[in-house]
Amino acid sequence: MSAAIAAAPSLRTPVRYEEAVIKKFTVATVFWGVTGFLVGVVIAWQLAFPALNLGLEWTTFGRLRPLHTSAVIFAFGGNALLGTSLYVVQRTCRTHLFGGPAFANFIFWGYQLFIVMAASGYVLGITQSKEYAEPEWYVDIWLTIVWVCYLICFAGTLIRRQEPHIYVANWFYLAFILTIAMLHIVNNLAVPVSFTGTKSYIYWSGVQDAMTQWWYGHNAVGFFLTAGFLGIMYYFIPKQANRPVYSYRLSIVHFWTLIFLYIWAGPHHLHYTALPDWAQTLGMIFSIMLWMPSWGGMINGIMTLSGAWDKLRTDPILRFLVVSVAFYGMSTFEGPMMAIKAVNSLSHYTDWTIGHVHSGALGWVAFVSFGAIYFLVPKLWNRERLYSLRLVTYHFWIATIGIVLYITAMWISGIMQGLMWRAYDTLGFLQYSFIETVEAMHPYYVIRATGGTMFLLGSLIMVYNVWKTIRGDLRHEAAFAQPVRIVTGAAE
Amino acid sequence: MAGKEVDALTGIETTGHEWDGIQELNTPLPKWWLYVFYVTIVWAIAYSIAFPSWPWLSGYWGGLVGYTTRGQFNERMADLEASRAGWYDRLGAASLQQINDDPELLQIATVGGKVIFGNNCAPCHGTGGTGRPGGFPALVDDDWLWGGSVDEIYKTIQHGIRNDTDTDARISQMPAFGADAMLTSAQIAAVADHVLALSGQGADNAEGATLFAENCASCHGELGKGEPSLGAPNLTDQIWLYGSTRQAIINQITKPKMGVMPSWAHRLSDVEIKQVATYVHSLGGGQ
Repeated sequence: MSAAIAAAPSLRTPVRYEEAVIKKFTVATVFWGVTGFLVGVVIAWQLAFPALNLGLEWTTFGRLRPLHTSAVIFAFGGNALLGTSLYVVQRTCRTHLFGGPAFANFIFWGYQLFIVMAASGYVLGITQSKEYAEPEWYVDIWLTIVWVCYLICFAGTLIRRQEPHIYVANWFYLAFILTIAMLHIVNNLAVPVSFTGTKSYIYWSGVQDAMTQWWYGHNAVGFFLTAGFLGIMYYFIPKQANRPVYSYRLSIVHFWTLIFLYIWAGPHHLHYTALPDWAQTLGMIFSIMLWMPSWGGMINGIMTLSGAWDKLRTDPILRFLVVSVAFYGMSTFEGPMMAIKAVNSLSHYTDWTIGHVHSGALGWVAFVSFGAIYFLVPKLWNRERLYSLRLVTYHFWIATIGIVLYITAMWISGIMQGLMWRAYDTLGFLQYSFIETVEAMHPYYVIRATGGTMFLLGSLIMVYNVWKTIRGDLRHEAAFAQPVRIVTGAAE
Repeated sequence: MAGKEVDALTGIETTGHEWDGIQELNTPLPKWWLYVFYVTIVWAIAYSIAFPSWPWLSGYWGGLVGYTTRGQFNERMADLEASRAGWYDRLGAASLQQINDDPELLQIATVGGKVIFGNNCAPCHGTGGTGRPGGFPALVDDDWLWGGSVDEIYKTIQHGIRNDTDTDARISQMPAFGADAMLTSAQIAAVADHVLALSGQGADNAEGATLFAENCASCHGELGKGEPSLGAPNLTDQIWLYGSTRQAIINQITKPKMGVMPSWAHRLSDVEIKQVATYVHSLGGGQ
């Protein structure tokens, strides 16, 4: 079965949705997710115990770190975004994918090829050393081709929609696809040394290169990890909660303000550097103004449960989705705060930044993706429900405790690290040498690695659950206790 | 497309749109959200007036408060220098010997030297100067390659050893007796046995002793006690840079490894080098 026939409302012609490729994207999301988490756990333990670098060039932290970041952002996150966007755009446009199954398959396999080319390069030491844009020129060109096909597929489907309006999730997905294309091309402009070699030199130099890099880097957060995943949120929360979206007006206002403001916030990554002061100020004030537009998405996600809060007790999938939005709200408050120069002078270059990124990456990006995966798998494989909702609950709590351990450890170690770096005594001596700050962080590195390991364990529970669901097994388990209905007055 | 209807749970009207069963409520913008957004915009405008911000083709708005990052940096550095005013110049004017003779200066130099050592020297010599295997000497013992007086330590830190960047760097080179075919492997083995005997690790042999006197004694001394002016190690003690086994000694005679240390004069100020020298001298074995 490569396509499912939608249960069409009366008066509507049934649409054969293209779902074989969505299944592939869903499996790839799970696969790359676990891979990325595993590499993350390995490098977290490496930081605590350097002997785990194994003395081999391929397994050193320096090579595995981009493998981890790319695996979770582009492989796990990317497959989640491509898969859900192509699912959502069909459903909300009531039409099948533009370009047909072959085109969709090219996008899927082309994207996986991009991931494998990038990842194998990192391990072999092939990198252009730009954070989150490490792949060399030949990988960049290939991704550009695949990405333009993805844009054509998505936009083509939108254009021939059978609905009069474009649903808000699709605005976010389209903004994500277009902006990532622009960022990717501009930041990766490079001259290869030769067409038979892997090495290239970036077109930009000096502080312009730094600015281009963080214009890219911050908007990879803004458009890949925020706008794209808000697209996921806007479809899967109302579907899973079976409630209307809280506010249409808010979705319009926060969409346009978010899109407009995010693109200017990059310079806050370059506070107190050679970047001109005026650019630093602008990066900071645009980051502050970004606070409420970001929270608009949180309000719309959480308040969609208005009148249906009790569902959180009985629906662990909805719990994943809603808690992800809570983490999103926390990270998008923390982000503008860290963009303030005075705060940044303490937080920059410390583990606080790592903690901030992971409260967004684990809490928001991964949790909303888990919710979407748990929603999609029974639908795509025509199962009555997931194999086990109890296992979803276990996944939820193990992963949540893991995140809390992770981010609290990084807050403490990051702030401690920043304070130790800047500590002078009354005679004007630095109070600590660098290595003393590293020694002081060791216990927190162990706690962080433990939290990460728990997060990985949770994802393995998901793998088992998804696998059993796809096989068609159902675990017989008691329903979650329904909340006690409190009768007030003579309602009956 | 569904018509507009009122949501029973919230009492709010929908927009009348529907996608795959998803409807939207026409809830107004939350007031607190809108007002906080306005506040951030007003704050952003005010901040951009006060601080360097809006650019144009040939320049940018410098801000009303006269802030620059460079200015802030200079202020902080001036504060730091002010906090060091009580001792910095005194340390600069004093000789290393005077520092060692004045308990107050000695304490200031040692405390500051420890931090400078931690950030600059510890990666090779270990925190606390305990050294690292593979040719990074311990600084806590009384075995000194290039001299253990505070003046010699100061000079070593200032110019470094066998580097290409400082013409006053300490330089010496041990010949590669095996690699350059100056001695046969049998002769090298004999010398190695003699060297082992010097530190009481085995029986001596006449051939080795003769070869040592002819080839090695000019630097290491007739008795193998070493020569600090040439950086030639003492071979009679139990301290070995590259290992004390017979094979390690044979390797060293055949094709010697020789340590390199950077020149610190371009990176640390003279006062800082004095502090580090005083600290290293105080670690235990200073002469």
